[in-house]
Amino acid sequence: MPRSLVPPEFLVHRDEGRCTKCKACIRQCGFGVHAEGPDDRISANDQRCVNCQRCVVMCPTGALKITANKEIGRENAYWSAERLREIWRQAESGGAILTSMGCDRNYPVYFDHLLLNASQVTNPSIDPLREPMEIRTFLGRKPEKLSIAGPPGEERLAGPLPPEVRLEMPVMFAAMSFGSISKNTVLALAKAAKRMGIMFNTGEGGMNPALGPFRDHMIVQVASGRFGVDSAYLEAGRIIEIKIGQGAKPGIGGHLPGEKVNAEIARTRGIPTGADAISPAPHHDIYSIEDLRQLIYTLKEATDYQKPVAVKIAAVHNVAAIASGIVRAGADIVVLDGLRGGTGAAPKMIRDHIGLPVELAIAVVDRRLREEGLREQVSLVAGGGIRSSADLLKVICLGADAAYLGTAALLALGCHLCQRCYTGKCSWGIATQDPSLTKRVDPEAGADRLVNLLTAWQHELKEFMGAMGINALESMRGNRLQLRGVGLPQNELDQLGVKQAGEAM
Amino acid sequence: MIRTTVGGRAMKVIESKGVPYRELNREIRRLVAAGEDRLLLRGVNGQRYIGAGLKGMARLEIEGTAGNNLGAMMNGLSIYVHGNVQDGAGNTMSGGEIVVRGSAGDITGYAMRGGKILIQGNAGWRVGIHMKSREDQPAVLVIGGKAGDFLGEYMAGGTIVVLGLDTPLHQERESANPLIGNYLASGMHGGTIYIRGRIPAWQIRGQVQTGLTTPEESPPLWNWIEQFAAGLHLDCSGLFREIFTCLMPQGARPYAHLYDHSA
Repeated sequence: MPRSLVPPEFLVHRDEGRCTKCKACIRQCGFGVHAEGPDDRISANDQRCVNCQRCVVMCPTGALKITANKEIGRENAYWSAERLREIWRQAESGGAILTSMGCDRNYPVYFDHLLLNASQVTNPSIDPLREPMEIRTFLGRKPEKLSIAGPPGEERLAGPLPPEVRLEMPVMFAAMSFGSISKNTVLALAKAAKRMGIMFNTGEGGMNPALGPFRDHMIVQVASGRFGVDSAYLEAGRIIEIKIGQGAKPGIGGHLPGEKVNAEIARTRGIPTGADAISPAPHHDIYSIEDLRQLIYTLKEATDYQKPVAVKIAAVHNVAAIASGIVRAGADIVVLDGLRGGTGAAPKMIRDHIGLPVELAIAVVDRRLREEGLREQVSLVAGGGIRSSADLLKVICLGADAAYLGTAALLALGCHLCQRCYTGKCSWGIATQDPSLTKRVDPEAGADRLVNLLTAWQHELKEFMGAMGINALESMRGNRLQLRGVGLPQNELDQLGVKQAGEAM
Repeated sequence: MIRTTVGGRAMKVIESKGVPYRELNREIRRLVAAGEDRLLLRGVNGQRYIGAGLKGMARLEIEGTAGNNLGAMMNGLSIYVHGNVQDGAGNTMSGGEIVVRGSAGDITGYAMRGGKILIQGNAGWRVGIHMKSREDQPAVLVIGGKAGDFLGEYMAGGTIVVLGLDTPLHQERESANPLIGNYLASGMHGGTIYIRGRIPAWQIRGQVQTGLTTPEESPPLWNWIEQFAAGLHLDCSGLFREIFTCLMPQGARPYAHLYDHSA
């Protein structure tokens, strides 16, 4: 075999003075970087290192350090090391480069150009430690009007309301399938969702029987591969989500690599063990908005109109018109997954070069639906790159009802963003099906970490709102007056519907 | 609501002519939930989603033309159609059976993973895409006539059989098999497809291996043909020694080579 021209991306440094040869690094690494040589020395194969930091964190004596391997030749401002590596890799493999998690390139981050408002003197801020703050929200179709019936004093709502789902705070865990992530990780998300009164999403891999106790907090996904979709699955979910697209790979299908398809996953999905789980690019029963309407109504008929139906799309250039069509097709919830949305596996070029930042997507869709008188009928959910409670509140001010957290939730469980989920070797036990690795995520302890994260965000959300003198999330939704842009040209401000910082109300 | 007797058994009759689908389906759901086990829908003319998502052992007989997504996502019903069905019959179904005395439209059996669909006539395009199979109730789709393009695309499990009962086959080796369209079984990575007659190599592009067999040599194939004949009251004994092309996936990972999996 000819010598590979691809230099290692990372270098492993071992402080021999500190190393006690306990071999923890050998056991901890899912990628087989560390090995014991014949002379008892432990050495590292830099070529295999993905900088997931597992060995560094777990080394009892702090003997390990990993650095980026920058010295790979004459890279320059145009030909970055990453581009050089990609070309060398493809010259050797002939394949499209795979990657994982969300787009990491240096496109503008609108969240970082938006500032929130606060009250001073003329309207008082609210102390969230003293006053109740309402951060609950409801997802589902809203009736155009409410009819009241009954004799005076005993008025009741006439007729049933469309199905609604209550969220105790405006976040949910994004769709991550059993297959792309381990069962323990799914369980941690499910437990945390139940404890926080929010929802988690099965993703497209079907429902593992272990999720039974969490069904009241479960969104079930129907994607083009239709894995695990049957009447029991639809019955189990509180919300049914049709996945048309994903921010990390708009317009293309998904392949769960055969390495991750063990017997249990094969059974859940109804495919052979070790086979790629292939989700075709489109749903082959949806080639138009009219076809989408048929799937929406098939699902509503199949569940006797008892559950909201969500439609998730990747944010793309024509997102406002598409979202309008989706609402008209009968969806109760529209999910927009932005450019930064994560994935278990996607071709790198697709991930990094297609899509729209979620800030813009939500802003333009919210505006379009308002213009068409449709906004009040549906809920709008933002996904793709929500990193903090500030991002969360900003996206709500731009028009979202709630946001999906994917990457942030996995980070809480120990993920270090190495972007190698597609290999199935995750040293943190999250994006793998190897039993020796998956046991590293304890569902209970993982749920505790997720609950901690969300509890902290909840408090920050209340502090933000209190500072603005607003005590209900309802008053934040689409409230662009609470936002100002910094460092954005006028046309970007216009798309966001936000004024320049310095401009008054 | 009236009752009628078919084959010595009482059936509840729903006059369906002009009834909007939502009302019709609500009535079907109500009756099935109340334990009715035999329903006859008369005068069906394009109503969609009949039987969608239903479970249980009820038998539904339909006179007329059933609309799109008949029996979609259902698990367990037995649906018998005296007529044609439009698109999406058995879409994502996971159990039960759909028997059609006429022809079926596009996306019949899309992503089905269990149960049986028997079509006496032809089926449209995109039929059996991404079929799968469950262990306890294998998915099978038998088409008495011909099928259109994209048959069995991305197939991951189960069985598709195309019989071409009324279609004479060409004898020349390189002429097209008239029972199938283009893009047969592309991306197939599980399951089995049987097409009556030989298929020239140029008509198959995709990741499949082919072989020739006969129902006589292949008991599973004969079993499905017998079930088809019994379900539709046809005599298929003449097929016993006919040549069929059997398609199976070359590998379980048809697209793995397109990607650079190195870390």
